[in-house]
Amino acid sequence: MIVMENICKTYRVQRRSAGIKEACRSLFCRDYEYIHALDNVSFTIHDGEMIGYMGPNGAGKSSTIKILSGILVPDSGKCEIDGLTPWKNRVAHVSRIGVVFGQRSQLWWDIPVIDSFELLRDIYAVPEKRYRENLEELTELLQLSELLKTPTRQLSLGQRMRCEIAAALVHSPSLLFLDEPTIGLDAVSKLAVRDFIRRQNSEHGTTVILTTHDMQDIAAIARRVILIGKGRILLDGTLDDIRREGGADDLEKAAAGLYRKLEIS
Amino acid sequence: MKKYMSFFRMRFQMGLQYRTAAIAGMTTQFAWGLMEIMVFRAFYAADPAAFPMTFEATASYIWLQQAFLAIFAAWLLEPEIFDCIVSGNVAYELCRPVHIYDMWFARSMASRLSRVALRCFPILFVALLLPKPYGISTPSSAAQFAVFLITLVLSFLVSVAFYMWIYVLTFYTISPMGLRIMVASVVEFLSGGGVPLPFFPEKVQRVLEFLPFASMQNVPLRVYSGSMSQMQTQQAVALQLLWLIVLVALGRTMCDRALRRVSVQGG
Repeated sequence: MIVMENICKTYRVQRRSAGIKEACRSLFCRDYEYIHALDNVSFTIHDGEMIGYMGPNGAGKSSTIKILSGILVPDSGKCEIDGLTPWKNRVAHVSRIGVVFGQRSQLWWDIPVIDSFELLRDIYAVPEKRYRENLEELTELLQLSELLKTPTRQLSLGQRMRCEIAAALVHSPSLLFLDEPTIGLDAVSKLAVRDFIRRQNSEHGTTVILTTHDMQDIAAIARRVILIGKGRILLDGTLDDIRREGGADDLEKAAAGLYRKLEIS
Repeated sequence: MKKYMSFFRMRFQMGLQYRTAAIAGMTTQFAWGLMEIMVFRAFYAADPAAFPMTFEATASYIWLQQAFLAIFAAWLLEPEIFDCIVSGNVAYELCRPVHIYDMWFARSMASRLSRVALRCFPILFVALLLPKPYGISTPSSAAQFAVFLITLVLSFLVSVAFYMWIYVLTFYTISPMGLRIMVASVVEFLSGGGVPLPFFPEKVQRVLEFLPFASMQNVPLRVYSGSMSQMQTQQAVALQLLWLIVLVALGRTMCDRALRRVSVQGG
C-alpha cells in the first residue's frame, strides 16, 4: 500500500531572457524562480491497483514517480510504501519496485541484452529458478527470444522498450512504475505492451502506476485515474469522471477540455 | 558482495571486447615509452652523476608505467558515469538495491583492470627483450617483486578511490569537464607521471611523497626499480593504506550527502 501525505517539493529554476545583454547581466545577478513542483500531494493506493497518473507537461508527474522510487527527497510531507519511507530506506524499498523511465535506458549499451538481465538478477539476488521462470515468461509474452542476444545499441526503439520493460520485471517486483513506457512505439508494440501490463497485474497482482500523455494507454490500463496539475491533485476517480468533467466522450478531448477548464495547461 | 562482483565481471567483460583500442593503445604506449627513454638517455649522457636514479632504474620505471598506465591514468575515467549524471540516467542506478559508491568503485576497478589485462603483457614482454640499459630489468629478488605487487594493488585502489571523488563532485558541478582537465594535469604531474618524483628538488619531493598522488603511481614503480630503501618502502605502504582509508571513507560520506540533495536532470 502506498500512502502519500502532504508531499511538497520546490525547485529553484534560473530564469533569464534571450540575448547577449541579458546573458551578461546574469553573470552578476541571477534571477531565480521557485517552482512548486508538488504542492500538498496526498493519495492512497492499494495493492493490485492500476493507476493512470495524468497531467499536462510539467505538472509534477515525474517528480512524484521520483519520490515514490526513492530518488528524490521531498521538502516536506510523509510517504510510506508498505511501511517504508522510500528515501530513508532506499535500498530495502527499491528491491521491491520495478521502474521504467520511457526516455532513459537501463540496459548496457554495448553488450547483449541477456547480459544486462543477468546483472540485474545478481543485483536483486533473484534465485536462479525464479529468474529462469521469469525470463521464460517475459521472453514469451514480450517476444524477446530474438532480441536477447543482440547488443542494446542495435535494437530499434520498440524492441528496446520491450526489453526495458522486461528488465524492470526480472526480480518480480510487487510495484511497477511506468513513466511514459509507450513513448515512440508503433501500434503493434503499444498493444503488446499494454496487454502485457494488464496481464502482469491480473496474474501477479502487481500494483501499476502509469504516467503517460497517451490517453489510450490510460484507457487500456488504468481503472483509477489521478489527475495532477501545477503540483496539486485535481481529480482522483475513474475514466468516466474524466469524461464527465471534461465534457467529451473521447478521452483525448475530455482530457484537453479538463486541462483548459482547470487552467493547468 | 555478489552484486558488486557481477557488476565488476560485467564491466571487465565489456572492456575486453575492444580489441582495436587495445592494439592502438599498446602501440601508443610503446612509442611513448621509447621516446621518453631516448630523452632521458640524452640527459644521462650529459652527466649521469646528476641523477638520483640510475639510467636502468629510470628505464624500468618508464616501461612499468607504460604497461600499467590504465591502473593510475587520470584521463581514464568512466564516461558512462559522467553521462548518466549529466543526463539524469543516474535515476536508474538509484533504483537499484546497491550502494552507488560501491557500484561505481567496482565499475572503475573493472574498466581499468580490463584495459591493463589486455595491454600490460605485450608491453612488458617487449621491454624485457630490449637490450640492457634500455629495457626493463628483472626484479632483484622474489621478495622485492612481492612488495612491488602489494604496492601496485594499493596504488590501484588509491587511484580508484581518488577518481571516485570526481564522479561524486560531478553531482554538484553538473559538468565534469573542468574538474577532469584540472585533475588530469595535477595528478599526472604530482604522482610522478611525467617525471619520477626523485627528480624533483628534495624539499618539494618530501612534501609530494606525503600527498595521495605519490601513493597512486610513484610508489610501486620505484619499489620495482629498487630506488627505495626498506624504511622508505614501509612508510610508503603505510601511507598508501592511510590514504586509501581516508579517501574511501570521505568519498562514501560525500556520495551519500550528494545523493540526498541530488536532483535528477531532465524530466
